[in-house]
Amino acid sequence: MKKLVFSVCFFWVIGVTIKLLSNFDSNQMIFDEILIQPNFSSWLGRDDYGRDIFHRLVDGFLNSFEIIIIVTFISSFFGVIIGVISGYFGGKLDQFLRYITTLFMAFPGILLAIAFAAILGPGKFNLIFALSIGGWVGYARLARAQTVLIKNLDFVKASETMGSSNKTIIINHILPSLKTPLIVEGTYALAGLIIAEASLSFIGLGLQAPMASWGGMMRDSVRFLLVSPHYALFVGLSIMSLVYCINFFGDYFNQKWDIKNNED
Amino acid sequence: MKNNFPIIFFSSFLQVLGIFIITFLILHLLPGDPIQVMLGESAALSDQVKLRAELGLDQPIYKQIFNSFSQIMHGDFGNSILTGMPIKEQIVIAMKNTYILALMALFIAITFGITGGVVAAKYRGCFLDKIIINSSLFFISIPHFFLGPLLMLCLSIWLGWLPISGMDSPFSIVLPALTLSLGMLAIIIKMTRNCMIEIMDSDAVRTARAKGMKEWSITIHHVFRLVLIPLITIIGMQFGSLLSGAIITETLFSWNGLGLLLVNSIQMRDYPITQACIFVIAISYVLVNLFTEILYKIVDPRMRNI
Repeated sequence: MKKLVFSVCFFWVIGVTIKLLSNFDSNQMIFDEILIQPNFSSWLGRDDYGRDIFHRLVDGFLNSFEIIIIVTFISSFFGVIIGVISGYFGGKLDQFLRYITTLFMAFPGILLAIAFAAILGPGKFNLIFALSIGGWVGYARLARAQTVLIKNLDFVKASETMGSSNKTIIINHILPSLKTPLIVEGTYALAGLIIAEASLSFIGLGLQAPMASWGGMMRDSVRFLLVSPHYALFVGLSIMSLVYCINFFGDYFNQKWDIKNNED
Repeated sequence: MKNNFPIIFFSSFLQVLGIFIITFLILHLLPGDPIQVMLGESAALSDQVKLRAELGLDQPIYKQIFNSFSQIMHGDFGNSILTGMPIKEQIVIAMKNTYILALMALFIAITFGITGGVVAAKYRGCFLDKIIINSSLFFISIPHFFLGPLLMLCLSIWLGWLPISGMDSPFSIVLPALTLSLGMLAIIIKMTRNCMIEIMDSDAVRTARAKGMKEWSITIHHVFRLVLIPLITIIGMQFGSLLSGAIITETLFSWNGLGLLLVNSIQMRDYPITQACIFVIAISYVLVNLFTEILYKIVDPRMRNI
């Protein structure tokens, strides 16, 4: 399994290196070679406009990765702030914030992102906004649970008795303890975001036509399933392998840092 | 026994209210005037006024919220902008189709998932166990929009057993239901196997063995009843992913359900239908969660007092 994961990572590193070195244009069309099978000049064949599938996959990888990283930063930032405030101060504010969180969780999966993307229209910034709207909830729940746990530990109580302000306690004690669970959560969330982003592009709400995106390529390839099954296979395999790798890293971090295992 | 069902029902009602407000306010997020976006810039003024009055957008916002909430509670979702027909009829047909698909997928996932998990746990470490576990790992990380084409390719194009898409023959449901269920099936298998193994090593089961009970009788009477509790939770939670997965799957297989209606309405910019679909899907999820919570209390006597 490890070998598989590393070879997939290696593949994408090579792809990105080729992109950096040659700076190919993924929109370059060769009309004589429409939907051609894989060969030496175009490794994974060409799509319905005669564009190199490998080049488009690498570009799509870069595009979705950019979006996903930005979304992760935005949603973890707001999620942590809301979660820590809710867990640390408690009371009515906590109840209200928890109600808001459960409300956002009532929209299953990518439904909320679809709703916002549908209203705002397709495009990169709208996509980022739509994905972040549903993304912060997981981080907020995690940050709240962890804050409540840490807040009642002895060393925090001691620091409180010594007269530390709320700000000092949050910055010095609570935020550092959030680091490891957040990295684990964030890694799993990355895998979910790749699928969510591709799903949105698949139903036409993601990046627009000339830009390469995996969801958009998947949608195009399904139309040519009968003529050139290799197109759909390559796009699907690249999404799946990346998701699998990220989940693998999530499991790895989880096992490495799991507090329960350390206590045993 | 403390009865806390009213609290559960009340919190679900609060959720419904919140979902309604979010789906309702989404329309006000439209950049610019929603009426102009819907009708286009060049629409006649009289048409604009008519549509504004029809959607109730000329009233103060609290009145709008109150009016449309009472309308929706009466099952009235308003009219489609494009065709002018009541949305309710379309939604009811689409809901029926989506629920048929989701229940079919649920049926496949639960039947094969539990069987697979029990078999894998019984023959732990054997060849069969390894096959089941590895294939379930494969199905967890495969997204719906790839599994669908893959199944189409294998089962209908190469083998020619099943219709590719549409709803014409009774066998058309097999491919979308399989696509929708395989991810959930894998999760159920993993869950059932891990729980079974944990419980099979417990003191209660060792006592049962010491009493001289038959192995399969222990599995069914002692182990399986305990496995049921986490299973209900995971099935309830996964139902949400089933509903959101249905959006992709229905688009892929042209299955006339809520998902296809949603995607089509987004492409047609028919916002009232979009709102209605999102509302109905979210409400179904809340209701399933409510049902799960009640079922949970029935199955696990320890949960009744909490």
